[in-house]
Amino acid sequence: MSATRQQTIRPAPAYTEFHPRWYRPRVSVYWWLGEWHYLKFILRELSSVFVAWFVVETLLLIKALRGGPEAYAHFLQIMQNPAMIALNIISLFFIVFHTITWFNLAPSATPVRMGGKRLPDVMISAPAYVAWAVVSAFICWMVLR
Amino acid sequence: MADNIVLEIARYSPESDHEPHFECYEVPVRREWVVLDALNHIKDTVDGSLTYRWSCRMGICGSCGMMVNGEPKLTCATFLSTYARNGSKVRVEPLRYFPIIRDLVTELGGFVSKLKKAKPWLIRDLEQPLSQGEYLQTPEQLDRYKQFSMCINCTLCYAACPVVGLDPIFIGPAAIALAQRYNMDSRDQGSAERTAVLAHPDGVWGCTFVGECTRVCPKHVDPAGAIQQYKIAAVLDWLKSFVTPRGRDVSNQAAND
Amino acid sequence: MRTCPTLRCSHRPCGRGESVESSSHDVLLVGGGGAGLRAAIAAAEVNPKLNIAVVSKVYPMRSHTVSAEGGAAGVAKPDDSLDEHAYDTISGGDWLSDQDAVEEFVREAPLELLQLEHWGCPWNREPDGHIAVRAFGGMKKKRTWFAADKTGFHMLHTLFQTTLKYQPISRYDEWFVTRLLVEDGRIRGVVAIELMSGKIQAIFAKSVILCTGGCGRVFPFTTNANIKNGDGMALAFRAGAPLKDTEFVQYHPTGLPFTGILITEAARAEGGYMLNKDGYRYLQDYNLGKPEPKPVLRSMELGPRDRLSQAFVHEERKGRTVPTPYGPVVHLDLRHLGEKLINAKLPFVRELCQKYQNIDPVRELIPVRPVVHYMMGGVGTDIHGATPLQGLFAAGEVACVSINGANRLGSNSLAECLVFGARAGRAAAEYASRQPAANGAALAQAADEERRLKTEFLDKTGGRERIATIRTEMQASIENSAGIYREQASLAEGLHKMLELQERFKDINLDDRSHTFNTELESALELGFMLDVAQSIVTSALHRTESRGAHQRTDFPMRNDERFLAHSLVYRNFDGSGRVEYSPVKITRWPPAERVYGQQAQEPQQQAAKRVS
Repeated sequence: MSATRQQTIRPAPAYTEFHPRWYRPRVSVYWWLGEWHYLKFILRELSSVFVAWFVVETLLLIKALRGGPEAYAHFLQIMQNPAMIALNIISLFFIVFHTITWFNLAPSATPVRMGGKRLPDVMISAPAYVAWAVVSAFICWMVLR
Repeated sequence: MADNIVLEIARYSPESDHEPHFECYEVPVRREWVVLDALNHIKDTVDGSLTYRWSCRMGICGSCGMMVNGEPKLTCATFLSTYARNGSKVRVEPLRYFPIIRDLVTELGGFVSKLKKAKPWLIRDLEQPLSQGEYLQTPEQLDRYKQFSMCINCTLCYAACPVVGLDPIFIGPAAIALAQRYNMDSRDQGSAERTAVLAHPDGVWGCTFVGECTRVCPKHVDPAGAIQQYKIAAVLDWLKSFVTPRGRDVSNQAAND
Repeated sequence: MRTCPTLRCSHRPCGRGESVESSSHDVLLVGGGGAGLRAAIAAAEVNPKLNIAVVSKVYPMRSHTVSAEGGAAGVAKPDDSLDEHAYDTISGGDWLSDQDAVEEFVREAPLELLQLEHWGCPWNREPDGHIAVRAFGGMKKKRTWFAADKTGFHMLHTLFQTTLKYQPISRYDEWFVTRLLVEDGRIRGVVAIELMSGKIQAIFAKSVILCTGGCGRVFPFTTNANIKNGDGMALAFRAGAPLKDTEFVQYHPTGLPFTGILITEAARAEGGYMLNKDGYRYLQDYNLGKPEPKPVLRSMELGPRDRLSQAFVHEERKGRTVPTPYGPVVHLDLRHLGEKLINAKLPFVRELCQKYQNIDPVRELIPVRPVVHYMMGGVGTDIHGATPLQGLFAAGEVACVSINGANRLGSNSLAECLVFGARAGRAAAEYASRQPAANGAALAQAADEERRLKTEFLDKTGGRERIATIRTEMQASIENSAGIYREQASLAEGLHKMLELQERFKDINLDDRSHTFNTELESALELGFMLDVAQSIVTSALHRTESRGAHQRTDFPMRNDERFLAHSLVYRNFDGSGRVEYSPVKITRWPPAERVYGQQAQEPQQQAAKRVS
């Protein structure tokens, strides 16, 4: 069973001059909620806010260190606030997300050619991951020992 | 596999409609049938007023791009059986972010003029006469730009790119990829001329690397990659322009090495 | 006179109280494919002051040139010569090719391909940077230039992108030409519908070049796209120009069943085998040489296309083909070539098989059958692309010069588009430069055409036929009567059927009465064109009582050079039927000989060379 439109034959309209009425769909302000890929993109872009937050946090840490033992203790107190911890956990998630998406996208922007052929993308992103793992391991060891 | 499948198709006739509406048609499912075959079946046997573009039926002319269940696809390369397996309907709409002329037909004049803006032809300071034979180009030099030369102008990337939707003046992925194809061609000497047009907020700098264009491209052109490479080249050109004499096109020589 | 905002149209009263819009150009191309775009550029280069326009019913990059895969032929290597290319073309054409045209063609082909390279076409290269050429069926030496296996695609896009830099060239994208305007025996322009708005407009021109391509859609199994409906052939036919050699329809031996998608000759050139249902390389039974493990030029799978298609019909009659839901097929075997070679040289073939037939040629056999691929015949022209109708030119598949004769060799048609596109463009430009300004004399004809379209299609009620029904019947009938093998009774029946269908066509009913992008109206007009061309095909096949090249009559199996070393010309009678006349083939240096393949191929050429020297 299929639906058909009943078409009444109207007297032939004069063809619309030069530019018939094109329909221009409006793009909603919430375009990015319509599709998972778009949402992922917006989250990726938003992650830069959390990267910025972490930079500010690091600067505040350095400032606190320079300020002496009381300033540092005060800083640590603020950091132990549950809200702060929650914020930092969320930031960690977004920064990891930011890094992974960045490493995965970088090879398409910087193709490397060797021996007449383009190197596969994984050969450019893999060293970045390895370096990230090594540096992270080193910093963890420095902090936790 | 189900015997029949329902297609929900967007219809719009400016002479009688203010906006598109959907109509449903039931078509048989054959193993070899693609969405385009279903549309042809409807047009031939049910409703001859269904309007859409198609030509080659083999994914090389780029005419038959449409939104199928919200994804930009070439309807000649999208099997009905994929949807029949899930028992779902197939929703067919015209490509997103283009004005709609009728039913599934979008307006492409704007797209073609964007292509032209990118100066997609070989630009040389001095043309070599034919008697001297071909410009030499090694297979390796050919390989550098070959991927970007595969674009069939199907405009699926424009339907996927939110920047195109939000800023209709943005020149778009296919145009930039085409410009980069010529920039990277060892025979070309016109990248400065193109960059003058494309290093612009509505040119390469309009792109925010969403990456959807590359994901939907049926020919694996990777326009997102082309655009980011172009951005880097444009920045390097700009830096070099402080150092090198005026008018010298240094960047293309680096690409030619 | 009112001028419209687009700056080139004006309303002119035609003296009957109505007005049809019009615009005017010096050179008008109908069709924007390989030949059309090349002609436009050639005209612009002859005289940059000319006003050149390209009218195309699709955007130019959708033209069917885009789907050509294998390559374009042009003598390129030192071990090759123009004479050899000419001989291959003439003998492959079964001596129906006009040899003066072939000599011009082989001379200009390499120059045109080189010019395309200068415009940026990404031809495949040797390691040292020079153009690479490969073997192709029917060619004794390697002379086929190629761009991966998407030669037509790269050529068309290069041409289109190059036309963008010429200011004098403007385009009417998605305008459908319905009629040629002729007055006082001269072309005055065309009438066309702007698909987007339904506006009908006269486009005046001092010269018109038809580049609308072939008519494969007349047949049921074809590699041709939906847009190949013989538009230009019918337009010229209705305007009084004769159609030449339309009985010669080339089947490509390897097309996918159902979709008709072409599996390029290159798959065989790289070493594929054709097997029947017993896995046997059956071509060795048909005088095509001995089966070798590697491909041998002009032998076995690399023999000319018509011989391969005929072999299929014989196998089918012997019951040795494989039955499928879409008809009988044979198999193309690429498995022994290996994945690496297939990915390097035949990536598109692999992609097509997987995407449209769900088959991986690396591991499986490809089902193939002969499909209509090319029309050797068309609008008759001379070697400059001029038709007998003054001011009307034609180039490309729509034209018949003829260089392809009774059977076209693979990779000659892309080169033909360039060579004769350029020649027609130059000839039309020179012709137009000598003409006075257009005077709108044919405006009344344009108003008539607008009225005809309204009364016969848009405003008509009560029709009982559907377009698809008539089209399917036409296709079935012509495959039966004018297919690979023909004979008197089925041809006569076919002609009778065509006349019946033309009557029934007048009773067609459109669902779509809209003016905006009415593709149903477009399909109806295309069907009208196809019926005219189909009639011409059957008529000329009926009258040619011999077998030559692609035209094989089971009742007249031999070639008859005394009577038929001539081109058939079909003229339109007043009542719409066709009248056939003949004009002799131009022979210059190569007297007719027998078409032979395999080991025998060497001898005739040596004999011919002896005769010349």
